[in-house]
Amino acid sequence: MEDAVATEIITADEVVVHGAEAAGPGMPQLDVSSFPNQIFWLLVTLGVIYFVLSRFALPRIGAVLAERAGTITNDIAAAEELRHRAREAETAYDKALADARSEANRIVAETKAQIQADLDAEMEKADAQIAAKTAESQKAIDEIRDNAARNVSEVARDVAREIVAAFGADADAKKVDAAVDAKLGERA
Amino acid sequence: MATETVAVVDGHAEEAGGLVFHPFDQFEVKPLFGEIGDPVSWYTITNVTFWMALSVLCVIGLLVLGTRGRAVIPSRIQSAAELVYGFVYKMVEDVTGKEGLKYFPWIMTLFLFILFSNYLGLLPMAFTTTSHIAVTAVLALGVFLGVTILGFVKNGMAFLGLFWMKDAPLFLRPIIAIIEVISYFVRPVSHSIRLAGNLVAGHAMIKVFAGFAAIAALSPLSVLAITAIYGLEVLVAGIQAYVFTILTCIYLKDALHPSH
Repeated sequence: MEDAVATEIITADEVVVHGAEAAGPGMPQLDVSSFPNQIFWLLVTLGVIYFVLSRFALPRIGAVLAERAGTITNDIAAAEELRHRAREAETAYDKALADARSEANRIVAETKAQIQADLDAEMEKADAQIAAKTAESQKAIDEIRDNAARNVSEVARDVAREIVAAFGADADAKKVDAAVDAKLGERA
Repeated sequence: MATETVAVVDGHAEEAGGLVFHPFDQFEVKPLFGEIGDPVSWYTITNVTFWMALSVLCVIGLLVLGTRGRAVIPSRIQSAAELVYGFVYKMVEDVTGKEGLKYFPWIMTLFLFILFSNYLGLLPMAFTTTSHIAVTAVLALGVFLGVTILGFVKNGMAFLGLFWMKDAPLFLRPIIAIIEVISYFVRPVSHSIRLAGNLVAGHAMIKVFAGFAAIAALSPLSVLAITAIYGLEVLVAGIQAYVFTILTCIYLKDALHPSH
């Protein structure tokens, strides 16, 4: 140590690199007298660091890392569970929607059938009324036609009788009527 | 401690007043209290004690105080602590397998000590504890002895299978075994010198360039060079901590699974 101090007193024009005095007292690394001190304090230091690490630091950090891994796993599981439930809810919703739609369809069909039935019934009734009216009218028309025909033969007899009388022939009324009827009969 | 270093550096400048390099002054082990040059015995409180204590405080600050909240959603410091934890944990698990996780606290201790020592050493006027071969050699020898003893305890004599290549041609096996044994015993040497050497080289280089700043014409260049090397040293500090740790893991793997 004292040697080292001595060699460090250097004159101004000297350029001295202490390393150049290799293996000499210039290199403190090779100063054996400081070895016990360094080794002692190194062992103390390593002992303290090992104690602190193995007793406090490493178990704590290991626990924190494990806890974090656990938390992440749990969160992922929870998210998976929630997703599962969301999917279930979606299925239920879809099912409800489909049910409602089929129910609506059923109601529509039912109503349609109901209306159709009502319509048919009304239609039938109307048809029956129309038929009744038609028959009635037919009867009236027939009556009118009969009356008309009877009137025609009457008028024809009267006219024939008058014509015969006008020609001055004394014709038997009954014969004239028969002749007119015969003629009408031919036509009819 | 910092003011002492300043005083020493200033003292040299006054004495020399010219182009003087003291790249190794920063590595001197000095008593924290009392006169410079006092004898340093094994229990003396020195700058080594101070800077090692600082690294302990940093470890406590990051990994204990930083995680005080035990929050599921971490604060910034807690995420940094978790990052370091996860980084080393994954390294141990990837290299040594599940069986190696029992030794994770030890490897974490090594990594954090080296990491914080390296980075604290990059503070201006700091003392870099990991730049001393005495420190890195103890670390490397500790790993070497621990791993070797563990290998024999776990595998018995089968641990020697580490040196006996079963898939090599028979006549090559003894030669390979000799080479493997030599390389096995060289491990702690390279393991320790790699770390200390990298740090010493970088810190000394910064000091050398700082010495050039005394020449006015060179001083801008000197500042640029110091900046560049400092940037490099920031990388080296992290990388050397990583390298030391992953080599420890690889040696541990050899002890746990000696068959190639």
